[in-house]
Amino acid sequence: MLSIKKLHAEVEGKEILKGLDLEINAGEVHAIMGPNGSGKSTLGNVLAGRESYEVTEGEVLLDGRDLLELSPEDRAREGVFLAFQYPVEIPGVSNINFLKTAINEIREYKGLPPVEARDFLNMVKEKQKLVEFEAKLANRSLNEGFSGGEKKRNEIFQLAMLQPKLAILDETDSGLDIDALRIVARGVNQLRSKDNAFIVITHYQRLLEYIVPDFVHVLYNGRIVRSGTKELALELEEKGYDWIKETAGAENAI
Amino acid sequence: MIGLKRQLVRKTQYKHKGDTIEREEATTVVDEALAEIGSNGGLTKQTMITQVTDSLYKQLIRAYEERMPTEEGPHSLDEIRGQAFKRFEKLGFPTVKHEDWKYTNVQPLISQNYLLDTSTSQAEVAIGKAAIPNLDTYRVVLVDGIFNAELSSGIDVPGLHILPIQEAFDQLSFAKYFAEYADKTDNPFVALNTALFKSGVFITVTKNSVLEKPIHIIHVASATEPLFTQTRNLYVIEANAEAELIESFITEDNAANNLNSLVSEIVVHENAKLHHYYLQLAGKQSSYINHTEIYQKKYSLYNNYNCSFPGSAFVRNNINVRLDDSQVESHLYGVTLTAGNQFVDNHTVVDHLKPHCESYEWYKNITQDTSTAVFNGKIFVRLDAQKTNAFQQNNNMLIGEKSAIYTKPQLEIFADDVKCSHGCTIGQFDNQALFYLRSRGISEAQARVLLVHAFAFDVTNRFANATVRKYVEHLVEQGLENG
Repeated sequence: MLSIKKLHAEVEGKEILKGLDLEINAGEVHAIMGPNGSGKSTLGNVLAGRESYEVTEGEVLLDGRDLLELSPEDRAREGVFLAFQYPVEIPGVSNINFLKTAINEIREYKGLPPVEARDFLNMVKEKQKLVEFEAKLANRSLNEGFSGGEKKRNEIFQLAMLQPKLAILDETDSGLDIDALRIVARGVNQLRSKDNAFIVITHYQRLLEYIVPDFVHVLYNGRIVRSGTKELALELEEKGYDWIKETAGAENAI
Repeated sequence: MIGLKRQLVRKTQYKHKGDTIEREEATTVVDEALAEIGSNGGLTKQTMITQVTDSLYKQLIRAYEERMPTEEGPHSLDEIRGQAFKRFEKLGFPTVKHEDWKYTNVQPLISQNYLLDTSTSQAEVAIGKAAIPNLDTYRVVLVDGIFNAELSSGIDVPGLHILPIQEAFDQLSFAKYFAEYADKTDNPFVALNTALFKSGVFITVTKNSVLEKPIHIIHVASATEPLFTQTRNLYVIEANAEAELIESFITEDNAANNLNSLVSEIVVHENAKLHHYYLQLAGKQSSYINHTEIYQKKYSLYNNYNCSFPGSAFVRNNINVRLDDSQVESHLYGVTLTAGNQFVDNHTVVDHLKPHCESYEWYKNITQDTSTAVFNGKIFVRLDAQKTNAFQQNNNMLIGEKSAIYTKPQLEIFADDVKCSHGCTIGQFDNQALFYLRSRGISEAQARVLLVHAFAFDVTNRFANATVRKYVEHLVEQGLENG
């Protein structure tokens, strides 16, 4: 589904990603771990199309289509979804109006008619239940006054509503207490299917106890230095990132 | 060059201060001087501008001298007009040297030639541009300032009296309030308007009447030759009455340039409520210099919602509220969305004269392209006005890289036991928010519309009338698309 080859990207002239390769198939969940500053969030933002991140080399294909030449909105319409590490509060934009606009623009892109008001509201109800997101959304502004946990859960709720092919969760676990973490993970697990794929970016192994990945990759210094199954996450937890730094350093030396 | 031009303008201005004859002599001297400069330095064009400015001034003086004394009505109206004209002669047209007109240069407007009569007004005008979907109203249509009975409709209801102002001169309540408020300010356009207005409406909402529908006044500019209109309105909301008043400004597509001076005096009596909307929708050819003076009595409420949209080349609004009794509440809201090379200036005064009153003001400006917006809000809390609660906020969003915003929030407090605050912000689009919306599949254009709505939300969500609010939100959307 997603094929990343030799991806180089920089922010404000500083190279962060230095030749990253990653292959993801439908139905898979890939965890990306790594120490601070290794480029985890940069990867998420580059895939979503944030303009301050400049791709200098490499390619990213989504089902054979060049993702990098698309605008952020077209990437979303093609099925890429980034659950933000820090969701933005937008006072004055209502949650419902925002979601409806998003869904209808995606539908229009696919040549579908706008969603019926009743169908939309039923869908909101159903998906809120599915991801256990009880916050009252009607007449409330987007993320305004939401707690940190509510904002993250709203991201998962949006994910449920937009039904993307590829979802990237950027440190969705940061700032969550254990109960909120469980709820978020349960929501994600409900949404997993053979047709979609997830990239779970996280700093800690904790989240992966609840969202069990098929593959774990360790990102260090802008490249994936180690890949494995979920056991790799446990090993990392045990040995710490210094282990990676040492071994990666040694490999580089060779 | 610019320095010289200003100097010329000031000279002319100075001449305005003398009486008519002296002034004309003096003007000749200036003209000679200009001719000299013209031959030496090639400034002929500017000389012409000064002369033309002069001619509108002359034209107005002639119009004043030639006008017939008011036939019906009290003799005192002539006196009021006479005094007002003297004031105007003394003040002259304002220049950018005046603090209140610092960013608002009226010289290009008054240096054009205008007709002063409505001989080229169109008999048939379309008012569709002012239609507010799903809103049933009592409709009052003024074409180039003149009440049009055929286009007006449904206004014959109990509790509501609407009269063309020229038919109201003999009414007691007219004489009681006319020129009692606006003329106490030093706005030269008010003095000129009082002296020379020809038309307008006098509206009374009678004691204890609660109007079912809003009154919708549609101001249409239609004349096919350049026209200078001076319209005068007086609105009296009697004790315990409640009304909504919506004023829309539109322009006929084939109208020539027009300059409109509109002065409205509003008296809100004890325990009365008035919600007053201004919807500026006029075309590029139309320019406005409006003055609204509100006088409030005990327990009264006055809310003004002042909205300007892309179109009219030049808009200046003065909105002054005098809270001259205790327990008075006033709200001033503004949304200004500009585009092209438009200029919109809102000057407000909230004058707390008595204790235990509350005022709340919130203006939002959004400028696109090379347009300019000005906000000047002044709150006075006079010595007597203890326990005043006054709030003022102005937020600005610059969209056009070459657009400009001038803002000046002012607070003058003479009492010592009050709660007052004012603030102002200037910013651009929030790129984080823009990216967030786009990352969910929303196009950049639509995301901008959502964010501008969000920016205006603090103000639009205060609109008392939900239908008008929806309409204004739609106009904002339209104004962004076309901008």
